[in-house]
Amino acid sequence: MHRLVIAAAAALTIVGGAAFAQETIKFGYIDPLSGGGASVGEGGLKTFQYLADEINAKGGILGRKIEILPLDNKTNPQESLVQAQKAIDAGARFITQGNGSSVAAALSDFVTKNNTRNPGKEVLYFNYAAVDPSLTNEKCSYWHFRWDASSDIKMEALTSYMKDIAAIKKVYLINQDYSFGQSVRADARKMLGAKRPDIQIVGDELHPLLKITDFSPYVAKIKASGADSVVTGNWGQDIALLLKAAADAGLKVNWYTYYAGGAGGPTAIKQTGLDHQVFQITEGFANSGHQPAMDFEKAFRAKVNMSLWYPRAVNEMRMFKAAAEKANSLDPVKVAAALEDLKFEVLDGGEGVMRKDDHQFFQPIYISSFGKLAANEPFDEEGTGWGWHLVSKVDTSKTMVPTTCKMTRP
Amino acid sequence: MLELIVISTLNGLLFGMLLFLLSSGLTVIFSMMGVLNFAHASFYMLGAFFGYQLTKWIGFWPALLLAPLLVGAIGMAVERYGLRNTHKHGHVAELLLTFGLAFAIEEIVAMMWGRSPVDYRVPALLDFPAFTIFSTNYPAYKIFMLAVSILIFVVLLMVLKRTRVGLIVQAALTHPHMVGHLGHNVGRIFMLVFGVGSALAGIAGVIAGPALVTQSDMAAALGPILFVVIVFGGLGSLPGAFIASLVIGLIQTFAVALNGSLASAFGPLDPSAGPSVLTDIWNVTIAQVAPIVPYLLLVIILIVRPMGLMGTRET
Repeated sequence: MHRLVIAAAAALTIVGGAAFAQETIKFGYIDPLSGGGASVGEGGLKTFQYLADEINAKGGILGRKIEILPLDNKTNPQESLVQAQKAIDAGARFITQGNGSSVAAALSDFVTKNNTRNPGKEVLYFNYAAVDPSLTNEKCSYWHFRWDASSDIKMEALTSYMKDIAAIKKVYLINQDYSFGQSVRADARKMLGAKRPDIQIVGDELHPLLKITDFSPYVAKIKASGADSVVTGNWGQDIALLLKAAADAGLKVNWYTYYAGGAGGPTAIKQTGLDHQVFQITEGFANSGHQPAMDFEKAFRAKVNMSLWYPRAVNEMRMFKAAAEKANSLDPVKVAAALEDLKFEVLDGGEGVMRKDDHQFFQPIYISSFGKLAANEPFDEEGTGWGWHLVSKVDTSKTMVPTTCKMTRP
Repeated sequence: MLELIVISTLNGLLFGMLLFLLSSGLTVIFSMMGVLNFAHASFYMLGAFFGYQLTKWIGFWPALLLAPLLVGAIGMAVERYGLRNTHKHGHVAELLLTFGLAFAIEEIVAMMWGRSPVDYRVPALLDFPAFTIFSTNYPAYKIFMLAVSILIFVVLLMVLKRTRVGLIVQAALTHPHMVGHLGHNVGRIFMLVFGVGSALAGIAGVIAGPALVTQSDMAAALGPILFVVIVFGGLGSLPGAFIASLVIGLIQTFAVALNGSLASAFGPLDPSAGPSVLTDIWNVTIAQVAPIVPYLLLVIILIVRPMGLMGTRET
């Protein structure tokens, strides 16, 4: 009798296991698919679907195909938790999100609690774009991995570039009023103050996130301040509208941005006629000159009809595959362990590493400017005929910032 | 400083006139039919998307004419086949119908044009700086928007106050049966009024689309502020809506321009008290709260003068 039970149980496990093996890997994509952040959320979704197709075409991960579950969080932390639970209920053990650090903080917290309460059913949270430094410092979690450079890493690189430009004398800061915007503003003040104490901060604006329809009043203020440069972490419609209002008013300043390349941004820059006066800081861009990245860009554009905004999403998915194969398992606990200190050749060339201490990915960082294309730059943006041009590259080793993270390990 | 004041005034006027263009249709519909049309901002969005699509096919100027007509036609259909049927169930049913319609339109627009902003551009003819004050350009297109808004205000007021059509329309509001007995088709009058109101929103959409951003959530972004305008100005009062639009446009623009906070007026709080909720409130600048100022106005006016600035009836 006893043997029979064991045999039956074993048989069931095998049958169950076989059924399980055929199942897809459910990968929850939680980002705004409506509201002011929808343009970036949709772009991200198309990117992840493309990446999943790419992996699936090569046989998937450990023989299983990836399926992206699109979940609309309306850039709202509360709604995100509902969507995360939906993803888990649908069988997802891996979720990804990027837009909005307030959302990211809520999700990181949610996943951590979920994993404590449901041992054996852990969920990993892959963050591809929420760059609030606190996520890998005081609020760090073992279950959260970030592929984008945090805003202090980006600001470190950006200010290192700005400090050598003598023409910068008066800087205006304009940011979205939430955790990320506030950290951009604080980092900019601190780092510019340390590297170029002679630079004057002539304005420090916070405005509501994704709620402004016309930035003309803000542009009037920037103009009145006499600023020669603007530093902004704005994303989504906020950066497009800000640039558009600046274009209308004929505001001639240099722009130092995190996300001017998002939907609508390039079109607005072209309208301003600010040839190579808008700078963006990224982990890669279309005209980086690295052949595999440019081949990827070409294939991506041909199929998805947009430019690749998120080279880090490529790194994220490919590293997910690499980690799962290294661990020879799709168990989130084992994948997480395999990701720690994993070194990886990034899309735009050069080696990146997922730091064990805080689960922040470090990679080469680029500063590029937007304007007329040179002969060896094949990619324009949004049909403007203008594109991104390499200004400065910061190697991985020079982007390493210290962390205060003390994570509880399982 | 002077520069900021002048530019802010211009920006405020412009935003105010745009608000008026939108609220005029809403006001006309409300004052004639007593229907608070929640889908009004959606008609504005339809105007913008039709304007965008028609501009691509036949150019901006024909689109400026055709798109509002299309939106007006949709408005008439909504009145004829939707509102007229729900009317007998009272105002709540009508309200709910327009409320649902707003969501339906948003989803349909998102399905047809996607959720990302569409590339709706200012027509080449108006794509130049009209004049430059203090080295800030003022785009010709914005002057054009201002002119259209003023023109519509004048025409509307004339039609309602000075013509026979206006007389009948006004009479149909208070004494529909009497107007009916005089041989006018009251149903058709209501339908036309709703159509005209929707078309006005359509015009606002066509001309605001290129200046702001044309995307599927633009209605949701502008909807709430419209209700502030018509309540603040006085429900059903066209001049009231006009004044309220300008006041709100100017207040919002100037609030953005001001960096003052309680801390800058009275000095920072005692640092020994440590950071708390109070220090946060103390340090918030007027610019940061600019977006909620209109809603604060709405609350105050409802308490102090429930009929609004120029309204004649109690709400």
